[in-house]
Amino acid sequence: MALLDYLLGQRKQKSATVAKERLQILLAHERSERKAPTYLPAMREEILQVIAKYVEIDAENLQISIDEANGVEVLELNLVLPDEKR
Amino acid sequence: MSKVIVVTSGKGGVGKTTTSASVATGLAQKGYKVAVIDFDVGLRNLDLILGVERRVVYDFVNVVQGEANLKQALIRDKRVENLYILAASQTRDKEALTKEGVGQVIEDLKADGFDFIVCDSPAGIEKGAQLALYYADEALIVTNPEVSSVRDSDRILGILQAKSKRAETGQEPIVEHLVLTRYNPERVETGEMLSVEDIVEDVLQIPLLGVVPESEDVLNASNAGTPVIMLEGSDASEAYKDIVDRFLGEEKPHRFLQAEKKGLFKKLFGK
Repeated sequence: MALLDYLLGQRKQKSATVAKERLQILLAHERSERKAPTYLPAMREEILQVIAKYVEIDAENLQISIDEANGVEVLELNLVLPDEKR
Repeated sequence: MSKVIVVTSGKGGVGKTTTSASVATGLAQKGYKVAVIDFDVGLRNLDLILGVERRVVYDFVNVVQGEANLKQALIRDKRVENLYILAASQTRDKEALTKEGVGQVIEDLKADGFDFIVCDSPAGIEKGAQLALYYADEALIVTNPEVSSVRDSDRILGILQAKSKRAETGQEPIVEHLVLTRYNPERVETGEMLSVEDIVEDVLQIPLLGVVPESEDVLNASNAGTPVIMLEGSDASEAYKDIVDRFLGEEKPHRFLQAEKKGLFKKLFGK
């Protein structure tokens, strides 16, 4: 029933909107990976090894990306340190 | 100056061969000399869509490997003057095509005075697809308003920008054109399908060459071995004619973006 759909549908998000948002997030991620320099995975490994010498970390928790902001290339390194066990 | 056009998409089944056949036919109808090449070695279908399947004697691989010359392998279309088809091989594996071999065939076609060389890419991003786009000057990215197709198109755009001859040799980049196929304005209006604006402005961000509405005529045309552009009076045919005109530089407003107006009764109580 189109009338019912119309009345009920107002609050529900349309599936096309969901599709667009999912695509925007996904493609932004895939494009940045595509543009990432080829040395990035190797560099990530080495940085991990250095950090692991001092703190116990989970490799999954290190995120490295190269972004462009205001015409400057930024190397972003994101690491969540584990709670210290006492 | 001859131009190499690749028709590509990443995803299969979105309308690459339909688009290749119709655009090549449309360009030939305008008086240009056109060759359309099927790069889908092992799974050729362009011959079937153009209705020349029983006239294939030699194919693309035969030419690349020097077993036949271009003249023997090019199939002249009987309906449209100046349209020639180079079929893919049905028996060989994809390794049969090489970058040098394909380049030679394209050079020979240019020397033969072809204005447009349309390369119908296979699905995927493997060797066949990469060879089809390697020598391109312009690209038609065929996309359906559906998430997986849009994602794969973006992937192919990345390959066009990085792995084509133009990219590798630092020339001007390949000119990109979006061809949106199987568009259903009714479903766009009800919010169930990505709209042209969603895809062109918010997601892929490449210039739109044209929108082909979802149409029963596409199946009817392929059943008959006629490119759909020749099905006079059909929406898909009109859409492809617009696409050819715009490709040749004509400014034309986009059509088939709005749903047909429904009456109030249907709007309220219809499906």
